[in-house]
Amino acid sequence: MAIEKHSTPMLDQLETGPWPSFISGIKRLRDEHPEPRINAMTNDLLGQLEHSYETRKGYWKGGTVSVFGYGGGIIPRFSEVGKAFPKSKEFHTLRVQPPAGNHYSTGMLRQLADSWEKWGSGLVTFHGQTGNIMFIGTDTQNTQHFFDEINEYGWDLGGAGPCVRTAMSCVGAARCEMSCTNELKAHRALVNNFVDDVHRPALPYKFKFKVSGCANDCQNAIERSDFAVLGTWRDDMKVDQAEVKNYIADKGRQYYIDNVITRCPTQALSLTDDNALVVNNRDCVRCMHCLNVMPKALHPGDDKGVTILIGGKRTLKIGDLMGTVVVPFKKLETEEDYGSMVELAETIIDFWAENGLEHERCGEMIERIGLANFLDGIGIEPDPNMLSHPRQSSYVRLDGWDEAAEAWFERQAEAGK
Amino acid sequence: MADMREPIESGCPDPWQYMHPMMRKNFGQWKYHDHPRPGVLLHVAYSGDKIWTVKAGTQRILDVFTLRKLCDIGDEFAEGYVHFTLRSNIEYMVTDEAKVQPLIDALEGSGFIVGGTQNSVAMISHTQGWLHCDIPGTDASGVVKSMMDELIDEFRNANMPNRVHITTSCCQINCGGQGDIAINVQHTKPPKINHDLVANVCERPSVVARCPVAAIRPAMVNGKPSLEVDERKCICCGACYPPCPPMQINDAEHSKLAIWVGGNHSNARGKPTFQKLVAAGIPNNPPRWPEATAIVKRILKAYKEGARDWERVNEWIERIGWPRFFEEVELPFTKYHIDTWRGARASFNSSSYIRF
Ligand code: HEM
Ligand code: SF4
Ligand code: SF4
Ligand code: SF4
Ligand code: SF4
Repeated sequence: MAIEKHSTPMLDQLETGPWPSFISGIKRLRDEHPEPRINAMTNDLLGQLEHSYETRKGYWKGGTVSVFGYGGGIIPRFSEVGKAFPKSKEFHTLRVQPPAGNHYSTGMLRQLADSWEKWGSGLVTFHGQTGNIMFIGTDTQNTQHFFDEINEYGWDLGGAGPCVRTAMSCVGAARCEMSCTNELKAHRALVNNFVDDVHRPALPYKFKFKVSGCANDCQNAIERSDFAVLGTWRDDMKVDQAEVKNYIADKGRQYYIDNVITRCPTQALSLTDDNALVVNNRDCVRCMHCLNVMPKALHPGDDKGVTILIGGKRTLKIGDLMGTVVVPFKKLETEEDYGSMVELAETIIDFWAENGLEHERCGEMIERIGLANFLDGIGIEPDPNMLSHPRQSSYVRLDGWDEAAEAWFERQAEAGK
Repeated sequence: MADMREPIESGCPDPWQYMHPMMRKNFGQWKYHDHPRPGVLLHVAYSGDKIWTVKAGTQRILDVFTLRKLCDIGDEFAEGYVHFTLRSNIEYMVTDEAKVQPLIDALEGSGFIVGGTQNSVAMISHTQGWLHCDIPGTDASGVVKSMMDELIDEFRNANMPNRVHITTSCCQINCGGQGDIAINVQHTKPPKINHDLVANVCERPSVVARCPVAAIRPAMVNGKPSLEVDERKCICCGACYPPCPPMQINDAEHSKLAIWVGGNHSNARGKPTFQKLVAAGIPNNPPRWPEATAIVKRILKAYKEGARDWERVNEWIERIGWPRFFEEVELPFTKYHIDTWRGARASFNSSSYIRF
C-alpha cells in the first residue's frame, strides 16, 4: 500500500549536518520498514511534527491509558490535530525500567526491538531523564500487547504520575575505580521494594531514587532525586606516593600545586619538598577532586559506605532543591545493612504520604514543616553534618534545650566518643 | 477482556546477566583509568585485566534500524554487550586493544560520533518537546540536533578546561536538568483560558493547587464555573496546562529560549550548584535555532579561553566574577537577572568584593 508522504521541508533541514539525525531515523521507518502500519504511523508523526515546526506549537494532550493491573507507567498522548494525521493520533509512550546501571546484551536489545516493531512505532530512547527506556508511540490496544509480550520475558513498567519512579544508578563498581558501594544492589534493593508504589500511583507526587558510587555523582542524584545514595569512605584515603611522584615528574610540581593542593576545598593537602603528598584526612570531605586528577595515585579508603540525602528535585513548585544530608554515613555491606536502608526509605515515604500535600515533593514538605520536624517524624537524631551551618535566626523558643543537650551527650557516649 | 493477564511485577531487572563478562569479573576491583584518546577510556583492574570503552553519540531517539545497527557493532567488537550513559550515549567495552580502532571506524562509518569523554562537550541531555510532551514550547530534539552539528568538534575532542554538560528543556519546569549550559524554553505570556471548557475538563481545586505562585482563582465566567489567572503574578510556567488543557500556554510568538549557566552536580572542589539565568528572549526559531547556538558558542569560547584546568563553568565565573562574564560573552545584564524568588537575598552582594 503506497502512502502519500507529507512534505516536510523544515524537518528535512534537520537531516543536514554531521550529527546523526532523528528525522532520518523516522523517515527510514516510514520508507523502509516492511510493516505498513509503521510506515503510515511515522508518516503522520512526521506530518504533525512538521506542522509544529511551522506553527511553533505542540499538539499533544494527555489522557489516561494504563495496562491491566497497573495505574501508571504509560504517558498517554492524543493528538489535537488527529484529523489531519489520523495514523498517529494515539501515540503513547511506555516507560520501561532498565536493568540497574543500564547494562544490556545485544540479544536483549534485539528482542525488545522485535517486540516494539510488532506493536509500536519502532522509535525508542535509551533513556529518558527519569531513567526509563522510552518506547515512543503506540495506540491504546497495542500498549497492552507490547507490555504483555515484554513483561513475559523480564521487563516491567516504570512509574509515571504520583508514585515511586524508575531509579537510576551509575556504572560504578562495574567499571569505575572511584566506586565506594555496590550501586546496582542498592538501586534494586530500593526500587524493587516499592513495586506496588511504582505501578499504582497513590503518593502525594513523584518520588525518585538515584544511586551514585561516589561524590562525583554521575547520576546527578543530589539535585534530581528525593532519595540520593552516594558512596563514600570514612577512613584514610589511599596514597601511592610513587605514583604521585610519577605524576609530578610528568607535568611538573607547579601544576600539581595549582591543580591539586590549592584546589582542595578544605585545604587538606600539602606537598613536601621531596614531592610526597600529605593528606589531612580529618579535614578531607571526600569531594573526589584530587582522586580525579590522580586516579593512579589516590584511591578511596577501605571503610566504605554511603551518604543519604533526601529531598532533591527540579523546579516545580518552590524552585530547585538539593537533597539534604539525612544519613551522613551508613555501611552497606550485609543484607541487614541493605534492609535497614530500605526500611528508612519506607519510613520516609510513609511519613511523606501522610504529611505531604497533594503535588508536594518530599523536599518541599521538609521545607514547609522544617528539617527538625522531619527528622523527628522519621526517627533520626540531628547531626551537625546535616547543615552547612547552625541556625542564624534568633526567632526560636529554646525551652527544651537542656534535655536535647543531655540527649546529645548520651548519644556521643553510646557512640564511644 | 478475554486476554487479560496478571502483570509480572518484576521491577528493575538484574543487570548481572547483561554485563560484559570482564566487568563482571572485576566488579569492584578496578584500580585506575586512563584516557588514551578522546572517546576512549581504559580501565585497569587490580588483577591487571584491562578494558577499553569506546563511547559514541547517537541521535538519542533511535529507530529500530539504528538500534539493530548499534547491536551489530556490539556483536562484532564487544562480545554482545553495551552500556548506556546518563546522557544517552552508547558505550562498547572491548578487552583487546587491537579492536579499538576498528570499532571506532565501524561506529564512525555508520554515522555515529565517537567522543564525549573527559574534557569534552558531552551530548546534550534533553526532554521530549514537540515530538511528545504536552506543554512544550519547542522541540528539544531539534534544538539538540542543530546544536550538536555545530559543537561536534567539541564532542570529538576533549580540550575544554573541564567537562561541559549541556541540557535542554522545552519549558521552564526544566525536566532536562541542571547544566553547565542549559537552554530552556520560557513561556512569556500567561495561559489563555477557554472558559467554556474548564468546568467540564478540569478539577478546579487541583489546578489551583498546582500553581507555584498562587495566581489561579476559581471564578464564574459567563455564568459558568471557571478559573481566572492574576496575570501580574503569573510566571508563565505552564504547570496549570496538564491538569487543565483549556489553559493553553503554548504560544507561537511568545515562547522564547533562555540560557542558564553554572549548574554543576559534582561535589568535586565545591558543593553542587544550580544554574543561573544569563540570556533570555532568544527567538524560538525552528528548524535550526541559530540564535541560541550562537550564544552557546560564545559562552563556550570564552570559557575555553578563560578558564583554568579543572575549572567547570561555574567555578570559572566565580573566579572572574559575573560582571566580567557578561562582558566576555557580550550579553546584556538587566533587572531580570536579579532574583525575586524566596531566598533571593542570598544572591545579593553584601560585601565590598568588586572587580574592576
Ligand atoms: C509529555 C510530557 C512530559 C514528559 C515527556 C516529561 C518528561 C520528563 C522527564 C524525562 C523528566 C526527567 C526527570 C528526571 O530526570 O528527574 C521529567 C521531569 C520532570 N517533569 Fe516532566 N514530563 C512531561 C510533562 C510534565 C509536566 C506536564 C509537568 C508539570 C506540570 C512535569 C514536571 C516535571 C518536573 C517538575 C520534573 C523534574 C523532576 C525532578 O527532577 O525532580 N513534566 N519529565
Ligand atoms: S558516580 Fe563515582 S563511582 Fe559512579 S561512575 Fe561516577 S565517578 Fe564512578
Ligand atoms: S578528596 Fe577533595 S577534600 Fe579530600 S583531600 Fe582530595 S581535594 Fe581535598
Ligand atoms: S521540560 Fe517541560 S515541555 Fe519539556 S518535557 Fe519537561 S514538562 Fe515537558
Ligand atoms: S502558568 Fe504557572 S504561574 Fe501561570 S497561572 Fe499557570 S501555573 Fe500559575
